[in-house]
Amino acid sequence: MRGTWHGDYLFLFENLILKDFRIRYRNMSLGILWSLINPLVMMGVLTFVFSRVFAQSAAGGPFPLFVLCGLVPYNFFASAFLTGTTSIVDNAGLVKRVPVPREVIPIASVLSNCVHLLIQIALLLVLTLAFGLRPGPQWKWLPVVWILYVIFVCGLALGASAVNVFIRDTRYIVESFNLVLFWLVPIFYSFNIIPKKYVEIYQFNPVAALVMASRNILMEQTRPATSLMVNMLMAASLSMALGILIFRWLKPRFYEHI
Amino acid sequence: MIAIRFDHVTKSFSHHAGQMLLRDRLRDLVRRTHRTRFEALKNVSFEVETGESVAIIGPNGSGKSTILNLATGLARPDVGSVRVDGKVSALLELGAGFHPDLTGAENVRVNAALMGLSRAQTRQRFEGIVDFSGIGDFIDEPMRTYSSGMTMRLAFSVAVSVDPDVLVVDEVIGVGDQAFYAQCVEKMRSFQRAGKTILLATHSVELVTKFCQRALWLDHGNVVAQGLAREVIAAYKGSVPASP
Repeated sequence: MRGTWHGDYLFLFENLILKDFRIRYRNMSLGILWSLINPLVMMGVLTFVFSRVFAQSAAGGPFPLFVLCGLVPYNFFASAFLTGTTSIVDNAGLVKRVPVPREVIPIASVLSNCVHLLIQIALLLVLTLAFGLRPGPQWKWLPVVWILYVIFVCGLALGASAVNVFIRDTRYIVESFNLVLFWLVPIFYSFNIIPKKYVEIYQFNPVAALVMASRNILMEQTRPATSLMVNMLMAASLSMALGILIFRWLKPRFYEHI
Repeated sequence: MIAIRFDHVTKSFSHHAGQMLLRDRLRDLVRRTHRTRFEALKNVSFEVETGESVAIIGPNGSGKSTILNLATGLARPDVGSVRVDGKVSALLELGAGFHPDLTGAENVRVNAALMGLSRAQTRQRFEGIVDFSGIGDFIDEPMRTYSSGMTMRLAFSVAVSVDPDVLVVDEVIGVGDQAFYAQCVEKMRSFQRAGKTILLATHSVELVTKFCQRALWLDHGNVVAQGLAREVIAAYKGSVPASP
């Protein structure tokens, strides 16, 4: 704030991420396994429902892997967006008492979700190999699309966390939004069955775009289409620019509303 | 040199408790109601020279904490300007930024990073922080097992380890026991000798007269008097009914 803080950003982020991580896992007997159990259970249930009950798979590959390519991006989005949104209010003690740059708080909150994300990506890669698919040169696009995606979510978290200070229902709106999004992202259905007129709209949904890119890379073993990556780049830049703008605008009044 | 300068500072807060929901915001928008505001500071001006120790005194709700928050850079004035030169370290509330589920050691590292220390500085000063706090083996226990006195000891130890140019303290040192209180006062004296600036909000007349050169007396956001500590204290004592 006002440039009075001259610290070590890297050390600060490391400590805040580690803090979140420790708090979350200290009270869990299974610790880090929880990060694996949730996606595995969901994957099992969705696989059962859509390959046994509705038996209509247009997956073009092993259905569990197909589902997991959808679940991992979605899970990260849902939890990072929500914890990011509430981060400023949840850390009221810091905002009111420590003159640390406020932007750090929502960004650290999103980044600490990346710890789970990395575990889940590892699971995804292990499963890919287990289904007999081999890494190829297209795998180098994985970090690119995932980093763009994390930047996109950081932007959203910045904007939403600032708004949540003034309108406390924001978190409930985000929760409902996440619920709706589960159906609007092709997690358990394929892009191929989406009617033509909606495909364009789907492409502009960054969560759906990442699902598509992940399936391209891991299952179809091709690099994602350039237009898809341009969309993701635009989504990341736009969200970050808007997020920073909203955050800067509201930040001076955090103190008295928290 | 001037370390802290408040120039005609006014700071107000709106009464908004419990009115943070979407429907309240929409109602505000439709009705264009203006919430009544409460002025915590009214046209306050003062300066603190580098190396000076200044006390802020006054009854509860007189605006002492608001001054400290403005000086720390946590809040901004509505009118006027606040200038502080140098690195500020603040001790405003017991264990702000401490998490009960983390151990004392983990909290020390997080807090050091929040206050702007680097990894190397934190490693270097860690022993000193723990020693000064006198927490001993409890340092590896979760903070929720700490008493308020222990929490305060650790908070104070971290705050002074930052080696600030300006130290801002809000009457928390009253929580510790006599021995630690003496240790804190001694530490602040060494800060004084090192030519550092201290801004201290307190109710303790004894602390002001023993420790501060000057004092600022606030009441309802107005400066009643400022000047030499013993003169301001004399006037302040005369205005409040003597407590038993």
